[in-house]
Amino acid sequence: MVDISARLAGDEPRSSRRLARDLAPIVFLGPAVLLLLVFLIYPLMSSFRLSLLAWNGLGHEGSYIGLANWWRLLHDGLFWAAAKNNILLAVFSVLIQLPIAVVLAVVLDGLGRGSQLLKILYFLPLLMSSVALGVLFKNFYDPNFGPLNALLEGIGLGGLQQDWLGDTHFSLASVIAVICWQNIPFYMVLFLAGLASFPAELSEAAVLDGASQMTIFWRLKLPHLKGTLRTGALLAIIGSLRYFDLIYVMTGGGPEGASELMATYMYHQVFASFQLGYGSTVASAMFIVVTVIAAISLRLTSRLETEV
Amino acid sequence: MAAFLGRRFVLASLGLFWLAVTTLPFLYLALMSLKTQQETYSASIWALPNSFNLVNYEEVLRGRFFTYLGNSVLVVSISVALIVLISSMAAYALARLKFRLNGPLFALIVAGMIVPVHVTLVPIYLLTREIGLYDTPFGLIGPYVAISLPISVFILTEFMRQIPKELEEAAELDNCGPFTKFFKIFLPLSGPGISTVAIYNAIQLWNEFIFAYVLTSSPDKRTLPLAVWDYQGEYQTNIPATLAVVTLSCLPLIIAYAIGQEHIVKGMMAGSLKG
Repeated sequence: MVDISARLAGDEPRSSRRLARDLAPIVFLGPAVLLLLVFLIYPLMSSFRLSLLAWNGLGHEGSYIGLANWWRLLHDGLFWAAAKNNILLAVFSVLIQLPIAVVLAVVLDGLGRGSQLLKILYFLPLLMSSVALGVLFKNFYDPNFGPLNALLEGIGLGGLQQDWLGDTHFSLASVIAVICWQNIPFYMVLFLAGLASFPAELSEAAVLDGASQMTIFWRLKLPHLKGTLRTGALLAIIGSLRYFDLIYVMTGGGPEGASELMATYMYHQVFASFQLGYGSTVASAMFIVVTVIAAISLRLTSRLETEV
Repeated sequence: MAAFLGRRFVLASLGLFWLAVTTLPFLYLALMSLKTQQETYSASIWALPNSFNLVNYEEVLRGRFFTYLGNSVLVVSISVALIVLISSMAAYALARLKFRLNGPLFALIVAGMIVPVHVTLVPIYLLTREIGLYDTPFGLIGPYVAISLPISVFILTEFMRQIPKELEEAAELDNCGPFTKFFKIFLPLSGPGISTVAIYNAIQLWNEFIFAYVLTSSPDKRTLPLAVWDYQGEYQTNIPATLAVVTLSCLPLIIAYAIGQEHIVKGMMAGSLKG
């Protein structure tokens, strides 16, 4: 607009052009900055402010109680149990997803072109919404009508049948299994790209030197993937710390909080117990935990990368 | 030769094993959704349905399914269009315009990527109620665009930085200002970056659950992921009908995937890697 008016106003082209140049950053960045202010930065700050209130969500704002909610959080065993579950999820995501993904990437890489169809099919779980996936697996795990127990019975392992989601010992593990099932193909594609950049001459030379495929994998290919593995681990950890959807749909954090995560705990505090103040304290704490861990791991990975 | 064949055999078996692990739940889903409720109690779970009957699908489609679908199409298409426009504008400024706050602003926007959306949930819920957009599909658009901006701006800024400076210099000789340059040079040349951003965000938002769940309540205002949630409550004991909804809700993306797997895989990888 300004640009056009600059052209039309022939008498003062230079100052109009200057004006257009000075205004340009504001015009181009304005919408993005405005939206981020309203829907990201304001809510973030508002969350910290709400964390200082005792408020059931009705009426006006509730009352200011200082750091009482934060004090409560420090002594809230349920919150720490949820945080522990987040950490378990992170640890098992890394330990289960990455190795299986590496193996699958090696398989697809080794099979070459014929594996294209396999890759396409492997990727399918990633397209499903967590609600669809959650409802599917809730039925899959159902102790009475679910196919998993029927399958175990069918192959003579009936003794292993469980109430997968209803038993405090198994619920978290059962959901972690589904999370892994869905996300493994993501890391597989990541590692496949890593392997594609592995120089073919290197493995040819190694074969001539009499190295077995196993040796080539452990000594050459795996070290080649080091950076990609680190990226994968970082993504898995950050994703696990803010996980919500599938747990909420499948177990709601239960039974008896056995699969509760920080995000589901926050949700329950706000929308089930109507403690908007305390729920916001949980949310803010979650923000601090995620930011600190993300910052530490980003720093660690970038330092490692500059060292190596 | 024997070793080579042996190796291929091992690889192929591993590949087929994971194929079974991946497809088993989908197989169950398809089989079950074609059964009658009666069959689920009588016959074995893994048995084929007695007849190829679509009665569950009919029932679901006769219900509100298309309302959910329509809401999803509406919300996702408006959001993605806004994301593409707003983030490419911002990316152009960050990639090419010289102004004092360029560096800090880029860092701030990119830092938005690590904010867990759940932290913003309660304030956005309160805000949406206050401005009267609670329980409308339109209330979702603001948060959807905002949560997608950091990653989209990041991808497009990286992309636009690669566009050769010479093109811009040529335009400057023609006396083009920043606005003409953006619309005539940067936008058309950013096609691949824009399609990555559009695909990634379309899939993420199509499947988005938590905001849709919290910011809407009536079925005729809700998006597709909530169809599964709502029907699940309604059909509680009717497993085949519930699973028919699950299948139907997955179908649009699976069809899109069948048409353009390469683009979808690439878009999803690029988006999450930088996220």
